[in-house]
Amino acid sequence: MILDDADTYGVELALQLVDKSGGGEVTLVSMGSADEVAGIRGALAMGATKAVIISDDSLRGTDSLGTAKVLAAAIRRNMPDLILCATESSDGYTGILPVQLAELLELPSITFAKSVTVDNSVLKVDRQTEFGYDEVTSPLPSLVTVTAGVVEPRYPSFKGIMAAKSKPIEVLSVGDLGLATEVGSVGARQEIIEVNVTESRTAGEKHIDEGDGAIRIVRFLETIKVL
Amino acid sequence: MNVSSIWVVVEASNGSLTATSLELLSHARTLTPSVSAVTWDTHDSVIAQQVGDFGATTLYEIDHLDGMLPGVPVASAITALIDSQGAPAAILIPASYNGRDIAGRLSARLDRPVLANVTRILDEGGLVTEHQIFGGTQTIKARFTDEGTAIIVVRAKSFTASPNEGSVATVVKAPIGDVGPTGAAEITKSHIEELTGPKLEEAPIVVSGGRGLGDTSGYRLIDEVAALLHGAPGASRAIVDAGWVPYSHQVGQTGKTVKPTVYIACGISGATQHVVGMKGSKYIIAINKDADAPIFQISDLGIVGDVHSVLPALIGLLKTRE
Repeated sequence: MILDDADTYGVELALQLVDKSGGGEVTLVSMGSADEVAGIRGALAMGATKAVIISDDSLRGTDSLGTAKVLAAAIRRNMPDLILCATESSDGYTGILPVQLAELLELPSITFAKSVTVDNSVLKVDRQTEFGYDEVTSPLPSLVTVTAGVVEPRYPSFKGIMAAKSKPIEVLSVGDLGLATEVGSVGARQEIIEVNVTESRTAGEKHIDEGDGAIRIVRFLETIKVL
Repeated sequence: MNVSSIWVVVEASNGSLTATSLELLSHARTLTPSVSAVTWDTHDSVIAQQVGDFGATTLYEIDHLDGMLPGVPVASAITALIDSQGAPAAILIPASYNGRDIAGRLSARLDRPVLANVTRILDEGGLVTEHQIFGGTQTIKARFTDEGTAIIVVRAKSFTASPNEGSVATVVKAPIGDVGPTGAAEITKSHIEELTGPKLEEAPIVVSGGRGLGDTSGYRLIDEVAALLHGAPGASRAIVDAGWVPYSHQVGQTGKTVKPTVYIACGISGATQHVVGMKGSKYIIAINKDADAPIFQISDLGIVGDVHSVLPALIGLLKTRE
């Protein structure tokens, strides 16, 4: 399962874990426009089984807790053994959404995973810390957020791309999930009151390297008394 | 003024509070006289003295976590504290690995939204938060539209840490309570990576590499220059995503915020996602083949050239000075 359709690392990891366990399926879950499914198709082409997209005009302005509620409702319909999320999606999530989702689903969560294996229904994760990493174990079902580089994503094969065209993408509305008041900008309970342009840095000197680039750097460091 | 009380989640490492924890405490006391700190796994009077020095009157001390990841038990203890002590106006949480977990768990438990990536907090007849967007070229001000505890996740180095010579904080025990199945993830072993130089966030000099290094072996140049300057090596998101270096090296919106005296960007174009994490550096030096790379717009010294020739020459010069 995956939240951010750009996150091919999670898709690859899910496919590898399913392969190793000898069977199972990978479902993609995403909130967003049902008209922009290129990322979803790409993940289906890699080998995911099917996709669920929650798409609704009323979702505009939904914050991360609201998004977590929507995803939780969609996932709860058919609880998987493992939920994989991107650590932070590129579209403004803050690294907090996956943990909100885990709490709503009453699951353990392990964030910032740099290695994930499943051994006899026990999840084993190496989790990034400020000073190194921790070995963490958790029962299934659990939720894991993966950092980039956890696995090397495969390129979809031609056969995979063709097969993806006929794989099911289910589109759900907020009504289908029985959520209404929690989502959208009202549900967010926060608002932007001001947008300001910040004072920007100005460009200093710029030189084309003619074999003297390194010397210029050393001189600069001397000027500011770092050397 | 209008802010009744603030709780600050503080993290300790090696018996002392982290820099971000001290920054949050220092700022909280400018907003309200009633600042409390919340911490865990440190039954240590040094911490009570330290949070007192930085203006907190109470230290809520959570039980030992016994190997549980902090997110669930800390959020559980804070939820219980709100029931027993009354809800604060705001809970400030550092944007660290564990801080984000705590914020997410707490948000869902309390059904309160989170304002994240915050760089300033103001009292304008209610708490207002500032967030940097588009690589810090714009800031937005946001506020909660209802009453209730504000959960605010603050980026490192947003405030200046300054002690207040306060007296030792009163310690109040905070039980974790029953966390059910959510608390089932446990740490079985911790690995500490030996740092040969200073920490990335604290280093006075940061040397960062990007795509322009060509491949993973090119990063050795960054390591070497960083070591010679007694600085820390950093990285753009692009090469972290490519798997050349671990996530802990990443500088930027989704990585670490650094404010060194000197930041040397090598083969980094200067995407907004990167710039937001380093534009507070005192001096910026950039080396890039592309004369139009956006990084040059914010650099004090720009060298238009190939990192593969400039960096080896720089290494040679620095070695002769040793």
